[in-house]
Amino acid sequence: MRLDCPICGSRDRREFYYQGDAVMLARPAVDAGEAAWDGYVHLRDNPAGQTRDLWQHEAGCGAWLVVTRDTVTHAVFSVQLASDVKGTTA
Amino acid sequence: MRIKGKGLIDRSNTVSFSFDGRSYDGFEGDTVASALLANDVTLMGRSFKYHRPRGVLTAGSEEPNALVTVGSGAASEPNVRATMQEVYEGLRVRSQNAWPSLDFDLMAVNNLVSPFLGAGFYYKTFMWPRKFWERFYEPVIRRAAGLGGLSGAHNPDTYERAFAFCDVLVIGAGPAGLMAALTAARGGADVILADEDALMGGRLNAETYLIAGKPGHVWAAEAVAELAGMDNVRLMSRTTVTGAYDQGTFGALERVGQHHGVRSKGAPLECFWRIVAKHSILTAGALERPIAFQNNDRPGIMTAGAVRAYLNRWGVSPGKALTIFGNNDDAHRTARDLADAGVRIAAVVDSRTDVDVKGDFPVYRGAQVFNTGGGKELESISIRTISGVEKIQTDCLAMSGGWNPTVHLTCHMNGRPTWRPDIQAFVPTAGAIPGMVAAGACNGTFSTRGCLAEGADVAGKVLGTLGKKVPDVALPQAEDAPYRMEPLWAVAGKGRAWLDFQNDVSVKDVAQAAVENFRSVEHMKRYTTQGMATDQGKNSNVGALAVLADATGRGIPETGTTTFRPPYSPVTIAAMGAGAQGKGFAPQRFTTSHSASVEAGAPMIEAGLWYRPSYFPKAGEKTWRQSCDREVGYVRKAVGVCDVSTLGKIDIQGPDAAALLDFVYTNMFSTLKVGRVRYGLMLREDGTVMDDGTCARLGDHHFVMTTTTAAAGTVMKHLEFVAQCLHPEWCVAMTSVTEQWAQFAVAGPKSRELLNGVLDAPIDNDSWPFMACGDTSVLGVKGRLFRISFSGEHAYEIAVPARYGESLFRELVARAQGLGGGAYGMEALNVLRIEKGFITHAEIHGRTTAFDVGMAGMISAKKDCVGKVMAARPGLVSADRERLVGMKPVGAVKMLSAGAHIFGKDAEAVRENDQGYVTSVCFSPEVGTYIGLGFVKNGPERYGEVMRVVDHLRALDVEVEICPPVFFDPEGGRARG
Amino acid sequence: MRFSGLRVLREGLTGNKGWAPHWRDAEPKAEYDAIIIGGGGHGLSTAYYLAKEHGLTNIAVLEKGYLGGGNVGRNTTIVRANYFLQGNSEFYSHSLKLWEGLEEDLNYNVMHSQRGLINLFHSDGQRDAFARRGNAMINQGDDAVLLDRDGVRKHLPYLDFDNVRFPIYGGLLHPRGGTARHDAVAWGYARGASDRGVDLVQQCEVTGIDIENGQVRGVQTTRGAIRAKKVGIVVAGRSGQVAAMAGMRLPIESHVLQAFVTEGLKPCIDHVVSFGMGHFYISQSDKGGLVFGGDLDFYASYASRGNLPMAEHVMEAGMTLMPMIGKAKVLRSWGGIMDMTPDGSPIIDKTDTKGLFIDCGWCYGGFKAVPGSGFSFAHLMATGNHHAPAAKYRLDRFRNGVGLMDEEGTGSQHNLH
Repeated sequence: MRLDCPICGSRDRREFYYQGDAVMLARPAVDAGEAAWDGYVHLRDNPAGQTRDLWQHEAGCGAWLVVTRDTVTHAVFSVQLASDVKGTTA
Repeated sequence: MRIKGKGLIDRSNTVSFSFDGRSYDGFEGDTVASALLANDVTLMGRSFKYHRPRGVLTAGSEEPNALVTVGSGAASEPNVRATMQEVYEGLRVRSQNAWPSLDFDLMAVNNLVSPFLGAGFYYKTFMWPRKFWERFYEPVIRRAAGLGGLSGAHNPDTYERAFAFCDVLVIGAGPAGLMAALTAARGGADVILADEDALMGGRLNAETYLIAGKPGHVWAAEAVAELAGMDNVRLMSRTTVTGAYDQGTFGALERVGQHHGVRSKGAPLECFWRIVAKHSILTAGALERPIAFQNNDRPGIMTAGAVRAYLNRWGVSPGKALTIFGNNDDAHRTARDLADAGVRIAAVVDSRTDVDVKGDFPVYRGAQVFNTGGGKELESISIRTISGVEKIQTDCLAMSGGWNPTVHLTCHMNGRPTWRPDIQAFVPTAGAIPGMVAAGACNGTFSTRGCLAEGADVAGKVLGTLGKKVPDVALPQAEDAPYRMEPLWAVAGKGRAWLDFQNDVSVKDVAQAAVENFRSVEHMKRYTTQGMATDQGKNSNVGALAVLADATGRGIPETGTTTFRPPYSPVTIAAMGAGAQGKGFAPQRFTTSHSASVEAGAPMIEAGLWYRPSYFPKAGEKTWRQSCDREVGYVRKAVGVCDVSTLGKIDIQGPDAAALLDFVYTNMFSTLKVGRVRYGLMLREDGTVMDDGTCARLGDHHFVMTTTTAAAGTVMKHLEFVAQCLHPEWCVAMTSVTEQWAQFAVAGPKSRELLNGVLDAPIDNDSWPFMACGDTSVLGVKGRLFRISFSGEHAYEIAVPARYGESLFRELVARAQGLGGGAYGMEALNVLRIEKGFITHAEIHGRTTAFDVGMAGMISAKKDCVGKVMAARPGLVSADRERLVGMKPVGAVKMLSAGAHIFGKDAEAVRENDQGYVTSVCFSPEVGTYIGLGFVKNGPERYGEVMRVVDHLRALDVEVEICPPVFFDPEGGRARG
Repeated sequence: MRFSGLRVLREGLTGNKGWAPHWRDAEPKAEYDAIIIGGGGHGLSTAYYLAKEHGLTNIAVLEKGYLGGGNVGRNTTIVRANYFLQGNSEFYSHSLKLWEGLEEDLNYNVMHSQRGLINLFHSDGQRDAFARRGNAMINQGDDAVLLDRDGVRKHLPYLDFDNVRFPIYGGLLHPRGGTARHDAVAWGYARGASDRGVDLVQQCEVTGIDIENGQVRGVQTTRGAIRAKKVGIVVAGRSGQVAAMAGMRLPIESHVLQAFVTEGLKPCIDHVVSFGMGHFYISQSDKGGLVFGGDLDFYASYASRGNLPMAEHVMEAGMTLMPMIGKAKVLRSWGGIMDMTPDGSPIIDKTDTKGLFIDCGWCYGGFKAVPGSGFSFAHLMATGNHHAPAAKYRLDRFRNGVGLMDEEGTGSQHNLH
């Protein structure tokens, strides 16, 4: 398995750390309420198919990445810098 | 017997090897199988279940019968295919799974009672009496099962792993593969051509066809020579591509040294490759399938293609009077080749009626072999023809039920192969592996000309995708015969007709499974063990499917297939795990003081990847406790020195550095003054404690954070996560400087006295009060000084660039000794912190909250921080949670142990009464007894209560008094003084 | 038909003509009292205990593929009761007791082999953590023995004690731990349930859950609509998709876990051995293959297959711990879909929809739980009350933080358990 780090290029999976669903980018406000926080920390869409998740190029440049890929085929559609994604959605 | 003038072996080079202690001669280029056949040895193994005598069935890695043990002692390797092991001078080969000998195997008694040992019999019996399973039935079954044995000794051989990258990986060097590689290489692509065999050429080495007017093997050798001469080509023979993985990654096993009697020093036995290819071309050929009929497993019965391989490649006839049984034209090649070589052919039996075959041998059309005779070797076959039944004397039967394309790799990513009725076989489904195309026999194209054309064609397309020009590659002349066959899976009849040779699965077993409702192909496989042997069904799965389809009244495509999974052929654990044996499993991290500590006789213990000194023994000390108590005394009474460099150090800079820290710590850091240090608590987003440590402010926009040794990586990742994923708008950057700074704790009443001896500018309590920090100069070297304490004493941590670490450590220890102190290790450090109630990951073990460790007040109400919301969940702040306390023995037993559980004073030590557990214990020289930290329900509310601590495992039952976790200097005056 | 040694003898002498299907393949009826979605180990055992313990026989198990085709047929077969947190301790203890009577109960040899499980530790800190665990096991009434280095050597002389990256300090022996023949467990429960009248429906995929006014009414399937008063979701890695049919979002992320088996070998490993520093566990099957595994691949996946980095890491752990297995050859590798929860512990609970129940979140420890999970889930579905040993497996514990059971201490990151 390989990912295209936007900074370093195509690298082997063993250089990357996996965090989980990219829902982690959208941290609720302190007062958002129990349901919002439960949704942020615990609940997952967990799709069988296309998903967006967070990885870090830990053994490389250290960049956090949003990877769009397929959980059934393992095809990778895109890899973006998390800071860019967050910057455009924040 | 060896045939004159045939074969690609080097007859000038005789090698002798042994099989079961008997010496045999072979030639360079022989496999164990070909050399044994040349010596008229046909019995090479025993089957798994019934211990039926078996000879070689194939000439390749799919061999299910001729599995042997190679070598001796620790280096011996079980389950080696005799068909793959090349002979060399002095090679020692032993048969396996037979007792007392291969020839006379008592376990063959299983064969006599086989009516009771049919498919799945063990699920129906051995249930009574219950205790007998582990004590009797299972040991007997285990001893009877298994194939070869491991030596039991540590692996003595070297293995390697490597990476390779290429534009095009060609898998298999038969006609299609060679043509594909030639085309891709001439087009300028970076090509790897991998082939399982020692000699590239595939079936061309086993057949007598002509290509471009020359023998196929000559054409192959010329193609290989051309490829070998090109800079953009890497040829990997003896290399099996074992698995297809994501994004063009392949696993491959190269047999580097197994064909040498003597390897050069350090040379590996095998190398496991990870090959990353932009494109792959599968040209893996096809495997011939046997036909099921009664006693089709006697030594001397093999696939027709194997017979041709032994004849044409190794110059061996596996018998003196051969018979051939097939359902396709291909089988007739065997007869032609044997006849041309002067070998007597007793009969050609073809199940089809409309067959065109001529030769100086009897031909039976529309006939079937339905049984065989003989004992440990084949003596006769019985055939049924239109006119009746006949028995024919023969010592070797070549059988062919047609060919199965080697689709395995295309199924490794869950792709299902496609059934092609015209060839009665599965072929690869296009697109099953991204970037892979199949060509030649593995794609269902069986003529040589077809293989060559398809190889060139797919390589041309790949070149196009790579943006390279397709070269002019002339297609050589070659045979282009159509593949004609009529399906024949199992010959009707009584007795046991074998499908899976190694696992002894017969047609009856499959039918029986269907009767018992194991009708799904997966159920049938699991119930009968069909296809679960070392060949993973390569020889038998399609046949078994056909039998199951028949038994359940379905077609083969509806019946479906089981899944082929990696590896294609088995891979040694030592190869895939190469380098890990011994210390290679994980990196070793050494502090700058490592050798000084080792010189001082300190036992070094693992702390994560680091090594740290446990204690520094002195002459006359008999136990570690004596050393530990002495070192604790250094710190409490004089001065001790301890290397704390393993703690994570993270340099954080930028205008928003303080904002970041406010967000990741529960408490406030933006208010921290430059030149001061603060203790901080960090939560995970779920509200549980992640880590604790100190953070020093060196400038308005500059902090240095300390983490625990264990959590350094986790915290670093967390900070980056917050900075990049949650607050990319912040201007802050961080980097780990753990390895850049050597840092030493100097602790004890005389710590300042010691430091002032090495600092270029002496300090006092006003210039460097408790929790002060800043740059300093030590013996002329720029460093940093932090007045922090993990012992409760007046203490400092002094940091210098790592290259000065060792000298400074030696200097500090020498000066400490001059002041009545010295170095202290982990044991003393642990005592010092327990006495003060300071927590480590024994306490913050991932389930404890700030509330649990008495630090709920540290979660600032003035700001948000990671974990704040979730830490306020009702379950995380309820009073009856297990909360941090101290404890002291108050009864007759004065001992404590970590891991013990805590109960009410008079309660029974059972789960229902469990009140908590002990996390850390030590003998406290200050208190004069054992003390402990632990967690108890309602913790602080129970100070003064006497409770019962029980350690069943170590037979301890102790009365303790629950007390605050700080045992020493609760006011903290000593650290400030 | 009752299975026994005598029966095997009699059939053997009469041509093995008398054997009957182990279970009936049923056509789905229009309506049942209860439907179990998922014909894996947990679903089949739930059906079995519903019938046996609660007399509920008008029930169906709907399986989209073949019975026992999920994780129950692709695990490393370890059976143990060595948990240390309240909630887990009593559950797995109960499950192990069911295992110990399973063959008799099912009249099916599942080859439950209590050969002993040894968890190795490699530091003082790990020893203390294992001591806490072992004491919790004994508090629960189960068995545990703390072994020092020499004690481990006596049981496992083939380990590398001398030149190893993480020296062996000792081990926690769980004598009643062991293995079982995984497929047989599914088949045994299927046969037991079928014999008691349960309809087992293969090749029947649930495509929708019918809910009216907050009450479940039945399911839509690829073989038509089926009405039911109660529906239990027991679909492991697919929990997210099936729960979504009822409008639920679960605290679950599905991950791939690989497992490996070598070619058959003569007996060389008698116990189940688990390596604390390398996420590696191994046992030898009765057929002689070494069956072993390690950690998750660590990325969300439904592919049932893994990649080389973790496969190689598992081999590395094997090589540093027991270098005698170096020349054993890996015959097959595969993957299962693990329903990972935020605390690594499972869920057996009601849902907000009346009559709809869920049993999921077994992470990679579901095999040993098959009897206990089915027993407790059947109890919940039949009585509406939580079965005591599984009473803490609540769905709302993440939201309110009450009774979290995070044995690994790695927190609410699903893949770290």
